[in-house]
Amino acid sequence: MTDVTPKLAWKGVTKRFEGRAVLDGLDLSVAPGRSLVIIGGSGQGKSVTIKTALGLMRPDAGKIELDGKNTVTLSEGARRKLFSRVGVLFQGAALFDSLTVWENVAFRLINADGLNRKAAKERAIEALEQVRLSPDVADRFPSELSGGMQKRAGLARAVVAQPEILFFDEPTTGLDPITAAAINELISHQVRRLGSTAVSITHDLASAQTIGDEIAMLHGGKIIWRGPAAELRTTDNPYVRQFVEGRAEGPISHAV
Amino acid sequence: MTAVEATQRVAPRSPGNPVRALGRSTLAAVRMVGSVGVFAVRGVAAALTPPWFLGQLWRQFVAIGFFSLPVVGLTAIFTGAALALNIFTGGGRFNAEQVMPQIVALGITRELGPVLAALMLAGRVSAAIAAEIGAMRATEQIDAMRTLSTDPFRYLVGPRLLAGVLMTPLLTAVADTIGVAGGWLVATRVLDFSSAVYIRNTIDFLQSWDIVSGLIKAAVFGFIVALMGCYHGYNAKGGARGVGRATTHAVVSSAILIFGSDYLLTTLFTHAS
Repeated sequence: MTDVTPKLAWKGVTKRFEGRAVLDGLDLSVAPGRSLVIIGGSGQGKSVTIKTALGLMRPDAGKIELDGKNTVTLSEGARRKLFSRVGVLFQGAALFDSLTVWENVAFRLINADGLNRKAAKERAIEALEQVRLSPDVADRFPSELSGGMQKRAGLARAVVAQPEILFFDEPTTGLDPITAAAINELISHQVRRLGSTAVSITHDLASAQTIGDEIAMLHGGKIIWRGPAAELRTTDNPYVRQFVEGRAEGPISHAV
Repeated sequence: MTAVEATQRVAPRSPGNPVRALGRSTLAAVRMVGSVGVFAVRGVAAALTPPWFLGQLWRQFVAIGFFSLPVVGLTAIFTGAALALNIFTGGGRFNAEQVMPQIVALGITRELGPVLAALMLAGRVSAAIAAEIGAMRATEQIDAMRTLSTDPFRYLVGPRLLAGVLMTPLLTAVADTIGVAGGWLVATRVLDFSSAVYIRNTIDFLQSWDIVSGLIKAAVFGFIVALMGCYHGYNAKGGARGVGRATTHAVVSSAILIFGSDYLLTTLFTHAS
């Protein structure tokens, strides 16, 4: 992948909170059409990694490159255009609770793309079917759905405009194992169907191996290991071993 | 922590403490004024330039204008009635009971109508806006909106500011009418005033500027109420507690700014006329 321009790259990205460097010169890249999963313990900067890439947080130093172009210095208007190529599934699904499910899924189509409501609703219902939600869910409000259904609706909202890049923030957190497996499968199916580049963060190893082509481990604000998903359980990197085996003792010490 | 450790911790800081505390709070106040100012400018720009989200605007018109009618009306009628009684009794001390209708009308249109309507809105609307936007912040809905290529300032803040500025004068006009009616009710039912005389006195005496100046105040108060709700909600931090804090801050800062700007505007208006 050396001769291909990465779809998305973090270059020397540093982000500090009250003097503590959460990201400490992070270097990471994803090739077009690949699915990268970032794993790591709580508080190791996984969320910040995604938020800097999305421009929801501005790094203190370093560059975020999309198709080789730095996005850190973009104006608000340019960033809005850039977002039209991006889909995000947030940790708590982040559905708008004042809107129905279909209005949530069609939010971008109606409010940013200016599509009329009838056509937008049709596309929303198609997207809901893609994530195996029946059309009668469309007119309900998010609060009337279970956690798993909310995640599916959030996924439908992320994929409805066929984005080039998909971000998944802890897609299985808070779900039972069976629902989590279903969501993982839906995610990898959608990523393959759209041919999108995907970046996910999780501490769920089963999830990481289902949806990732490659896995990178974030620790202390840096990537300390990266490899194909299959190597996660065979690597002899002591940090990864400790994380995979779920041991309290090892090179990673937590101030609990 | 032992007593020794405690003194060691406090001692080095204590000499500079009052000065430092003063500096800290001054800096915080300046920072706050600055960030509210920047927020207000962005909000106004979003409210005045296309694209507009007309559905959202209509929603806010209904939420702020229509659903505040009962609370504003009730406040106005009781205040008008009580004001009439008070002025009648006070005026009686120097045989000036008969000017009560004029004073009630003046008091309501220039001062109590706009201020009371705005205070009720501070409690009802500012709190609701702060809680709603704060909860959206806490659950990443505002981040989600940005990633869906939609500017939260245009979708959330602009419509609320517009609705606040446009609906509060309307509500104040209603409060003025109902407030004067409250005075009239007490005057004719309790105090033996003639209904026709009361109404004629009120109409002949009131100048249009009395009403218009009250409505201008109302527009400013409406802006304050919506702005404080949006600002504190948008900047809410830290989950449920943060949303609670944002709501409290929105109501308290709205109320204080309403009283402060009321005095400023009244000074301005009395100098101008």
